[in-house]
Amino acid sequence: MKITEKDVTYVAELANLELTPNERVRMLHDLNSILEYIDRLNQLDTSRIEPMAQVADRYGVEAPENASRPGSDRFAYATRDDVKEGLRKSLPHEDAVKNAPETDGTFFVVPKVIER
Amino acid sequence: MTASTAPKASHIESVRSAIAERRTTAAACAEEFYARIKKDDAEIGAFLTLCEDRAFAQAARIDKIAAEGKPLPALAGVPVAIKDVMVTRGVRTTAASRILDNFVPPYDCTAVARLEAAGAVILGKLNCDEFAMGSSTENSAYHPVRNPRDKTRVPGGSSGGSAAAVAAGMAVATLGSDTGGSIRQPASFCGVVGLKPTYGRVSRYGLIAFASSLDHIGPFANTVKDAALVLQTIAGRDPMDSTSADVPVPDYVTDLEKPVRGLRIGVAKEYFGSGLGAEVRAAVEAAIQKLADLGCEIVPVSLPHTEYAIPAYYIVATAEASANLARYDGVRYGFRARGARTLSEMYRQTRDGGFGMEVKRRIMLGTYALSAGYYDAYYLKAQKVRTLLARDFDEAFTKVDVIAAPTAPTPAFKLGEKMDDPLAMYLADVYTVTANLAGIPGISLPCGKSREGLPIGLQIFGRHFDEATLLRVAAAFESSRELP
Repeated sequence: MKITEKDVTYVAELANLELTPNERVRMLHDLNSILEYIDRLNQLDTSRIEPMAQVADRYGVEAPENASRPGSDRFAYATRDDVKEGLRKSLPHEDAVKNAPETDGTFFVVPKVIER
Repeated sequence: MTASTAPKASHIESVRSAIAERRTTAAACAEEFYARIKKDDAEIGAFLTLCEDRAFAQAARIDKIAAEGKPLPALAGVPVAIKDVMVTRGVRTTAASRILDNFVPPYDCTAVARLEAAGAVILGKLNCDEFAMGSSTENSAYHPVRNPRDKTRVPGGSSGGSAAAVAAGMAVATLGSDTGGSIRQPASFCGVVGLKPTYGRVSRYGLIAFASSLDHIGPFANTVKDAALVLQTIAGRDPMDSTSADVPVPDYVTDLEKPVRGLRIGVAKEYFGSGLGAEVRAAVEAAIQKLADLGCEIVPVSLPHTEYAIPAYYIVATAEASANLARYDGVRYGFRARGARTLSEMYRQTRDGGFGMEVKRRIMLGTYALSAGYYDAYYLKAQKVRTLLARDFDEAFTKVDVIAAPTAPTPAFKLGEKMDDPLAMYLADVYTVTANLAGIPGISLPCGKSREGLPIGLQIFGRHFDEATLLRVAAAFESSRELP
């Protein structure tokens, strides 16, 4: 067992989930069986391997002209000049609050913020 | 083509030319597809929402252009449908989750907007696993989808509705999303063509995020050519998605005609191990032989880290998901639990009531993998293994032009068969997650049937941004099957 009931409670709290007693039992079982399978990653020595956070780093392999550019220059196309309105105007206020479960027309309304 | 004699498996060009030549109208086409949906979809369950007003308004625009005798755009009048993880302005978008049950987006996903700008008629929104998390579409908060080829079986997932709608003739083409195989695996199970492009080829703007470094949008269609036409329409740089790449989009359809003789097809033994079903193995090996008969050179390659793909994937994907799904808090949109006394209680009760079990499981796993004390052991480790998997492909593609493999280890499984065993469900993606981790394009197309008549898919991987070669090989194989 890698994960205990206490871990489930702690992680649920981090994730802003409550979980029913039944869900907690199932979660404990499922997470342990999945993590046991994931443990096979430890068969690999990765001490000299760089982590890969995103795919675009690999494009240089196919595009030597990009690969030779240093750091963020390779992604220069993804930047733009600052413009006051951005790429397009912001959503009209009424559209932005239209899907809100509760609104006074100007703000989103939420229950009182009281520290536990 | 009149409404009553339209072939069930319509193609983009046949619909467009029928409208251009005034043999039918876009409105009549839309009516015919809606009639089919209303007749057949009660049993299949592919659609969550129909948007008839939007469809007929678009059809009227197309019919006006046709009536004036002006040239029609590439997808004029073609009935399409969209997986419900892509937002559509004014049309309810749920991600098949209770937490977005009443969400009506104020803007359009770029891929959807580009389809419509090319003349396509959007019929509605398609069922899927909740937040695209699953491999059978049984995790939909609404209802499961039945495989049109055998209604006791799943259509695959997570884009099960997108695959089933094309297979059942309820749309000419559809869009799906693929984070670990969610386009290719259901395409394989339903006997249609499904394409996951290169990461960055298609804008993700307006795609409800699951795992941002792995999410892709791509087409389903009856033929490789139709998949190529849809890709042509949706591909290319979009300033609204900074990860969409500034790489020129070639003419995929013209390139389909180029010969495949002399192309090198890689075959990796790691995709033909003990987990592969015998019938799938036989069908895929026969497909590879067919490619050899067409003049391709078959070259053995090695992708030695393949067995580590699923464990690496389920850490990276769930870690990203735990962050992406933090936004569902009952404040700005979607479901909110009633009766909470504090903000914190409202968050927790909303998420508890709004998310299904598989989504909670993945949020929990991802949160755990990112939590203090476990980050290095799980998340960082998985990212390093991702590098190894990407290098496997880099190395293989120095020797070959494309790689051929099975799409899934088995044909479609029974409804309910894997629902109590999340790990068994995850292993349905064993041959597809690698392409998401490496960001390379992959296609699944039909290559045979099991003894029970279930479709089997051939998967072809290509180099980054080389969808053209991948589509060319797929088209050559497809037309070789049509010959007597």
